[in-house]
Amino acid sequence: MSENRNVKIRVRNLSKVFGSQPKKALELRDQGLKRPEILDKTGLTLGLSNIDFDVHEGELLVIMGLSGSGKSTLIRCLNRLIEPSEGEIVIDGENIPELDEKSLLECRRRHFSMVFQNFALFPHRTVQQNAEFGLEIRGIDAAERAETARHALKQVGLEGWEDAYPNQLSGGMQQRVGLARALANDASVLLMDEAFSALDPLIRGDMQQELLQLQHRMKKTTVFITHDLDEALTIGDRIVLLKDGEIVQIGTPEEILTKPADDYVRRFIEGVDKSRILTAESAMRRVRATVRDSDGPRTALRKMRDHSLDSIYIVDRDRHLVGLIEADAASQALEQGREKVTDVMTQEFRSVGPGEPLHNLFAMFHDNSFPIAVVDDDKRLLGVVVKGAVLDELAQAAETPQPTETTESVETAPAGEE
Amino acid sequence: MAIEFPRVPLGQWIEGGLNWLTSEYSLITRGISRVTQTGIGALNDALMWLPEWALLAIIAGLCWKIANVRLAIGAVAGMLLIWNMGLWEPMIETLTLVVIATLVAVMIALPVGIAAALSERLYRSIMPILDFMQTMPAFVYLIPAIPFFGIGSVSAIFATVIFSMPPAIRFTTLGIRQVPVELIEAADAYGATRRQKLFKVQLPLSLPTVMAGINQTIMLALSMVVIAAMIGADGLGSEVWRAIQRLRPGDGFEAGIAVVILAMLLDRITQSLRKSRKA
Repeated sequence: MSENRNVKIRVRNLSKVFGSQPKKALELRDQGLKRPEILDKTGLTLGLSNIDFDVHEGELLVIMGLSGSGKSTLIRCLNRLIEPSEGEIVIDGENIPELDEKSLLECRRRHFSMVFQNFALFPHRTVQQNAEFGLEIRGIDAAERAETARHALKQVGLEGWEDAYPNQLSGGMQQRVGLARALANDASVLLMDEAFSALDPLIRGDMQQELLQLQHRMKKTTVFITHDLDEALTIGDRIVLLKDGEIVQIGTPEEILTKPADDYVRRFIEGVDKSRILTAESAMRRVRATVRDSDGPRTALRKMRDHSLDSIYIVDRDRHLVGLIEADAASQALEQGREKVTDVMTQEFRSVGPGEPLHNLFAMFHDNSFPIAVVDDDKRLLGVVVKGAVLDELAQAAETPQPTETTESVETAPAGEE
Repeated sequence: MAIEFPRVPLGQWIEGGLNWLTSEYSLITRGISRVTQTGIGALNDALMWLPEWALLAIIAGLCWKIANVRLAIGAVAGMLLIWNMGLWEPMIETLTLVVIATLVAVMIALPVGIAAALSERLYRSIMPILDFMQTMPAFVYLIPAIPFFGIGSVSAIFATVIFSMPPAIRFTTLGIRQVPVELIEAADAYGATRRQKLFKVQLPLSLPTVMAGINQTIMLALSMVVIAAMIGADGLGSEVWRAIQRLRPGDGFEAGIAVVILAMLLDRITQSLRKSRKA
């Protein structure tokens, strides 16, 4: 579905070599050499190599990678805070690497607002003046920019702090100022460079939620850099995974988690608390067998035996979920000569919607071990989630060593705000 | 048999160069001299025209406003001592020279310092010159000053400007270079031009450092103005000079203490100016 959305930024064949003779490194790269060999031979660092991706209008694209993966270089190439060595970056028909100095300034003013890891607020300016900065640079008149900045500060919850200086604010509030400065500018793309990484985990969780709400409300095209996969999975519409200056995988959070492109990605996602991101739908299995509400206990018993089940769900003609019957209850009913499964069914099972986060399901298994029914809005049975499958995944995630950089966030990530 | 190397006639070359400069440009330098002399005279007359108590009140008020009552009291006490020792007039003359020399030095140093901060090439070429200006014994500047500007205050100011300018340049450069990269990046990211970056980010953020440089310049100017008594500059220096020639240590120390008081006063005032600004 995201394929047919408008492309806002098209990045093709983007490479960056740090050092004085980029051509040499690129030639070696084309001969198939990798980053460490190129560094050995030429002393040049291949920061980015052959990067291709699109940023769609209105999406929140996360570029994620560990330190040294080239993610900060990549975001700075977009607005040419770092000069790319080759490739194109096209935004609204303009190829950014080809712009002269004047058009570049114009392009930055029109298209890019940026939020920085360490906030990069101007210490000599008040909160209000910081928020006005982008507008001031663009030469907007004082009254209008004051109004716009005030509005932006209100959006990030900093009303009443206009006259404070940045050093009087906490880290979280400072980054809100950074965000307000970016929002006030009303450029068409928001670049966020590890914007929440310097914040403590609780504040970070709040900021992520707020960003999601803002993003939902304003539909601002956003490129967000992070080293934290949890964060990437939480906020990203799509994720670009970088490793050693190359793209390893591009996909939605679900795609990354369920279809990792290679071992690197697989190892990476093993450290993630998947239950937080995965939904009932992704852990759900097709129901192997059901019985109709008009069936008798004998049918139910046979189906359970055939599929080695301890219990089976009962549905009506339109697959609406009616109840659940256990093997014991079915045999008893047979002995007692009862004719319909509905006579001995139970309602003790739990049912959830497909969007239910997986971690909520653990608690449900606490009460009983029936498979959890996944139903749609009309109560039609879509599938079941069995305890074993969920526990398997949990065990897998807990066992494997986690990539160091994501550890803290996994441990302290706020659980289920909704 | 030792091989004899001919002596490098460095001194002769410099003298030749200076002589040439003097003969070619003496009209101009004498012109500058006359203008500057008028300036010095005017400022000096103005300060002298003010009754002592008025100047005392102005200085006390200034100290109180930018610093605290303690500094104001100290300033008044120090100035009263100078007045009492009968050194009021030489003190005013010295102050005049310091003020004018500092103004000229800062007017040159700020643009040069900014340019050196923004251009690596200029930075590299200017640093050895600054080293030279600062480490060359101060007296040496007095010698060529005389043929250029004649004996007296203008020569003193010329030598003082050269001697006291380096810290203002250095600190300006340092202050601008110390502005955190993230802030420069932020300004760039929002599309700031060089000029906007300089005036909205780099200069305001380097101001405390620039002020520290100006403070240093004032201190150096004061010490040089005293030495410049040797080429006929008026002021506290000439009191010291006279005391040396007459072997009167008491007079020498009195004038010396007046210099110390003036120095402390100027230092504290500029320091508090620096601190009172919002960093």
